[in-house]
Amino acid sequence: MTTTEIAAPRSPRTRGNGTNWEKWGWLYMRVSGVVLVVLIFGHLFVNLWQGTGVSAINFAFVAGKWADPFWKWWDVTMLWLALIHGGNGMRTIVNDYARGRTTRGILKIAILAAVALLIILGTLVVFTFDPCLGNPSSDALIQMCAAK
Amino acid sequence: MWLSTEASTIMGGLFVSVQTAGTPPKASKKKPRPAGTLYRGNEGMWSWVFHRITGVAIFFFLLVHVLDTALVRVSPEAYDAVIGTYQTPIMGLGEVGLVGAIVFHAFNGLRIILVDFWSKGTRYQKLMFWIVIGLWVITMLAFVPRHLTNVFSH
Ligand code: HEM
Ligand code: HEM
Repeated sequence: MTTTEIAAPRSPRTRGNGTNWEKWGWLYMRVSGVVLVVLIFGHLFVNLWQGTGVSAINFAFVAGKWADPFWKWWDVTMLWLALIHGGNGMRTIVNDYARGRTTRGILKIAILAAVALLIILGTLVVFTFDPCLGNPSSDALIQMCAAK
Repeated sequence: MWLSTEASTIMGGLFVSVQTAGTPPKASKKKPRPAGTLYRGNEGMWSWVFHRITGVAIFFFLLVHVLDTALVRVSPEAYDAVIGTYQTPIMGLGEVGLVGAIVFHAFNGLRIILVDFWSKGTRYQKLMFWIVIGLWVITMLAFVPRHLTNVFSH
């Protein structure tokens, strides 16, 4: 293999002395990634692997999980971390491929809007969930709903 | 076969990398190419390509997934109707694709993190790419038969 010479960067490495947002974004991708491995693999293990996997999922299944604050916080953490991680990753990709200023601007605003809306929606869904809407499936649920 | 330099700009050089993988031909009469391919066509490039494609795919899945889960706030019937479509054979195959994408993105993401933070990360990046592929194959061999049994027999 021939040796490859890589030219020195043409622009200085620092720009002004404000907060280096790109650096924090870079770090966020890594920190959230490590946590997401645990959260998503756990999510898929319980929902796709245990028991009869997808075919066991219905309203009662969700009610059973969200009766426990543990799974509520699990899901909400996963929701926030994954959407911000994915949204920031999409932003990188738009910066790489979208040419004109306007196109970039529109695409990034669309990503931001989608991420913000879904974070709000998903968080509300978890914390305002009403397990007594359907036919309570477990004894514990029946008692809890009757007590209301 | 060698593509022209014009063609190599298509898809930001992605396209031509397939062609330039490996050593350059001995007596090429074509235009001189940049010396050495430090990155293009090698493991590093493919891990980046797959990481990017899987990341985008998971992002779009997640947008839909939060909306379908939100149906639990509408009514049990609405939620069950939509989640029922997740249990059909065609969606079952789609879930295999989704899990394949997630598992690759997760393992390769850990590889990226090791390359960035572990002092020996860059030295072992190629080996770690093959470890990622190996772990992916093992995970999928365990998951796919079980998942398809669930999808096709319930
Ligand atoms: C085919 C595979 C999947 C199935 C069958 C599935 C199923 C479910 C179910 C039944 C719920 C309701 C609550 C619960 O069970 O915890 C849920 C919620 C959730 N899932 Fe998944 N999931 C899958 C893949 C994923 C993946 C890959 C991600 C991450 C990228 C994800 C992220 C979430 C999030 C964030 C929530 C909470 C939504 C909210 O806050 O409203 N899921 N999923
Ligand atoms: C399972 C755990 C995950 C890990 C360990 C992980 C890790 C990473 C890492 C290390 C990067 C590279 C960032 C950089 O190059 O600066 C990245 C990029 C990215 N991730 Fe993830 N990620 C995970 C889950 C997800 C999820 C759930 C989504 C979608 C919602 C996602 C979407 C993306 C996107 C779109 C990119 C940008 C790709 C690019 O710039 O080429 N990731 N991920």
